[in-house]
Amino acid sequence: MTDWPILSTVTFLPLVGVLLLLLTREDGPFGRRNILNVSLFTTVFTFIVSLFIWIGFDNSNAGFQMVEKHDWLGSGISYHLGVDGISMLFVILTTVLMPFCVLASWNTIEKRLKEYMIAFLLLEVVMTGVFVSLDVVLFYVFFEATLIPMFVIIGVWGGKDRVYASYKFFLYTLLGSVLMMLAIMAMYWQAGTTDMTALLKYGFPAGMQTWLWLACFAAFSVKMPMWPVHTWLPDAHVQAPTAGSVILAGVMLKLGGYGMIRFSLAMFPIASEHFAPLVFSLSVIAIIYTSLVAMMQDDIKKLIAYSSVAHMGYVTMGIFAANVQGVQGAIFQMLSHGIVSGALFLCVGVVYDRLHTREISAYGGLVNNMPKYAVAFMIFTMANVGLPGTSGFVGEFLTIIGVFRVNTWVALFAATGVILSASYALWLYRRVIFGALEKESLKGLLDLSGREKLILYPLIAITIFYGFYPAPIFDATAASVDLLVNNYSAALAAAKDLALNVH
Amino acid sequence: MTAEILSLSLQLSMPEIILAVGALALLMIGVFSGDKSAPTVTGLAVALLAVAGLWLIFMPGEGVAYGGAFKLDAFGRFMKVLALIGSITAMVMSVGHAKSDQLNRFEFPVLLVLSTLGMLLLISANDLIAFYLALELMSLALYVIAAFNRDSLRSTEAGLKYFVLGALSSGMMLYGMSLVYGFTGNTGFEGIAKVLSAETRGLGLIFGMVFVLAGACFKISAVPFHMWTPDVYEGAPTPVTAFFAAGPKVAAMAILVRIVSDAFLPLVADWRQIIVFVSIASMLLGSFAAIGQRNIKRLMAYSSIGHMGYALVGLAAGSETGVSGVVLYMTIYMVMTLGTFACIMAMRRKEGGNVENVDDLAGLSSTKPFMAVVLTALMFSMAGIPPLAGFFAKYFVFVAAIEAKLYALAVIGVLSSVVGAYYYLRIVKLMWFDEAKGEFARISGELRLVFGLSGLFVVAYVLIGGPIGTAASAAAKSFF
Repeated sequence: MTDWPILSTVTFLPLVGVLLLLLTREDGPFGRRNILNVSLFTTVFTFIVSLFIWIGFDNSNAGFQMVEKHDWLGSGISYHLGVDGISMLFVILTTVLMPFCVLASWNTIEKRLKEYMIAFLLLEVVMTGVFVSLDVVLFYVFFEATLIPMFVIIGVWGGKDRVYASYKFFLYTLLGSVLMMLAIMAMYWQAGTTDMTALLKYGFPAGMQTWLWLACFAAFSVKMPMWPVHTWLPDAHVQAPTAGSVILAGVMLKLGGYGMIRFSLAMFPIASEHFAPLVFSLSVIAIIYTSLVAMMQDDIKKLIAYSSVAHMGYVTMGIFAANVQGVQGAIFQMLSHGIVSGALFLCVGVVYDRLHTREISAYGGLVNNMPKYAVAFMIFTMANVGLPGTSGFVGEFLTIIGVFRVNTWVALFAATGVILSASYALWLYRRVIFGALEKESLKGLLDLSGREKLILYPLIAITIFYGFYPAPIFDATAASVDLLVNNYSAALAAAKDLALNVH
Repeated sequence: MTAEILSLSLQLSMPEIILAVGALALLMIGVFSGDKSAPTVTGLAVALLAVAGLWLIFMPGEGVAYGGAFKLDAFGRFMKVLALIGSITAMVMSVGHAKSDQLNRFEFPVLLVLSTLGMLLLISANDLIAFYLALELMSLALYVIAAFNRDSLRSTEAGLKYFVLGALSSGMMLYGMSLVYGFTGNTGFEGIAKVLSAETRGLGLIFGMVFVLAGACFKISAVPFHMWTPDVYEGAPTPVTAFFAAGPKVAAMAILVRIVSDAFLPLVADWRQIIVFVSIASMLLGSFAAIGQRNIKRLMAYSSIGHMGYALVGLAAGSETGVSGVVLYMTIYMVMTLGTFACIMAMRRKEGGNVENVDDLAGLSSTKPFMAVVLTALMFSMAGIPPLAGFFAKYFVFVAAIEAKLYALAVIGVLSSVVGAYYYLRIVKLMWFDEAKGEFARISGELRLVFGLSGLFVVAYVLIGGPIGTAASAAAKSFF
């Protein structure tokens, strides 16, 4: 078991599905069926294999596990994979969401199903790759490679303004990340390696950290996205097909958060400390401003997109609080948001498939003829608000505690965001679900089909289970986060000593 | 003793001798059997180039020949093989097009071989005189084939424009060479370097160097010597454009690398300013000017201007990493360009013949899925998106720029690559997001082979890049 390269297997397993899909033909219902079965089987199988990562994971080990290392491209770059407590659960998050994406696309994708599934499987490969790579260049390669399939997914299978949205998504995120590429090169010349394990131990000079931090921040804050560089997200979400939105909100945004923990916080502690007030300000603005913006949206998907920006505000705030509660909370919030916002987009997909509109005003009174849907939507709305007993609560609560220990004012403003999120989410819920069933177009709607139940019920179970019993997550992340936070404080203490000695 | 030196010289320059003798023989075959022999001559020309390439790969031996005028080293070997591959591919691609573009005459392959001979000599030039002669041999053949479709107004215009501007740049270069000779008393690169490191530089020498660099920049079409490129690319028959974009660029870049890292290495602080300026100007112009282009060959012209800018980023670093980055960049650039031109040649309507508008690619993914996938991979690769080859090309030149602390150059470079991504994305958008307007005719086998291999290369670079990278750094060791 120890010799088996499980991380490579999980990462590249979807490629097998791609090969099988290339052999299928998309003609008639039988061909469609084939494609769907192959994709579903591949994603489910990848998920099952990825569970072995969690099973084989040693919670007490703070370092990297299941490491694989080979020379690559003969130029100092290595093919180096491994997971620690911070990254391991993101791999599981990626693989767990994929089968739902396939199921969500079961009937809705009418043209070019084969290419669609290939794009999703490739996306799964590169997203998993980001979380498992332990070489900064390899990380960057995977990080950027996510753009290609997502660009195509939004552009080909998206809504009316899909071209604009896909360009904006691509160029915006590319602009952020090219600067990170230069930072990676500067790190290489400074430390003499691109190996993440060595870079984490290296300790960059304080002056250099500032620039490296800013360059990396440009990449991650766009990906995250933070206010004010979030504007690509609502466009991309609204135009993307349902499964595309699920992956965008569920996993792609987490690439930014993961990068912030792995790069900004762990490698540039002095700069992180220095810039923490900036991040706190931006996070608080994101939480309050985008919550207000969300309240005024007419489009369900846009509303959820803005709420994602607000929730990512808690994550950035928690990360740069740089204490155990903050970072643990940020990781938990990202995982929970991955499930919950993914599920919310799936819920939107359910009614969109029936009515082909996302206008809030087109709905109302759905509780009368779609009671099961109303319950599912209710649970995810509550999880989004952060009601105790759902997974949304744990992350929000911990990040606020974490930041409270650093700066009470930030915590105060962030807490008001909880109230705002309750107001926009509940208002949305009232307008869509409650009220009298008056609109003719809504009267014929059927409740959840078997497939939709299969999608939503497991997600409900996950949301509530981790709301009551988050321990498995914290057990896995604790050791690595402790190490990270200790290293962080040690680096700051060392820098202070140095400053004192100089004076 | 003389015989020994001569035999060594002959051995080192055997590929060139093969090409020179072969070209004359092919000319004889053509003259005696007329235009109907064109396919035979083309086949033999490809074989000739392949033999020269195999000789370079398998026959060992490095050193200086002909009294210092000719130098074969690892760098030269690598670039020569590259130039030969480019020429062979361009020649193979021209076969299917020969009829429609009036290229089915025996002079065409002979001129290509002569031009390739010029490239090989240029890559090996180790002396200002040899440099000039090789450059002219390469260029004169290029002027003629640019105007080869002599009934076409655009083609003759392209040839004339190229000739006039080329002659001007040659004149400037020759003037620069005379200044360099006058101030150093040497024409050999080693001799110039020795004098330059010994004494302080004079203003006249800097003048001379600038003129020489200007001539070389003209050949690689770097800004501000790029004016000819869009017109020539657009006007010349497409197989000729493909040829222009591959081998000659590689050869001219090779001599630029050689002259600055050999002869002018002591003046690194002076030429670095020039290269940095040229590089920034090329990257920016290549990105912005391409946005408005509708003709895909013009678009590729601006794209190649931009790519030369990126390759020069590595040269500006003036280090071993930098040169190895340039070598790698030119390799990947050449493969991508040839693949793209194979796709452009495949843009042929069932009725109405060749089309060259970017918009004609609309909906390609539903009509010709394989070609669309390859062209998409090539476009993303040119834009520098990982995990495709184009990203690694950019990575290795920028890594050298960062090492040399040329931060402004690197930042401007990566930002202009984002602007450049826009027009590559437009092609992807047309192919995938838009509806098809018409279908292309069946694609001939050789074009399919070329773009298939090129697409495979950019996708599989993550797997096969190791040996290529190693060879590139071995080549760069020739200088430092």
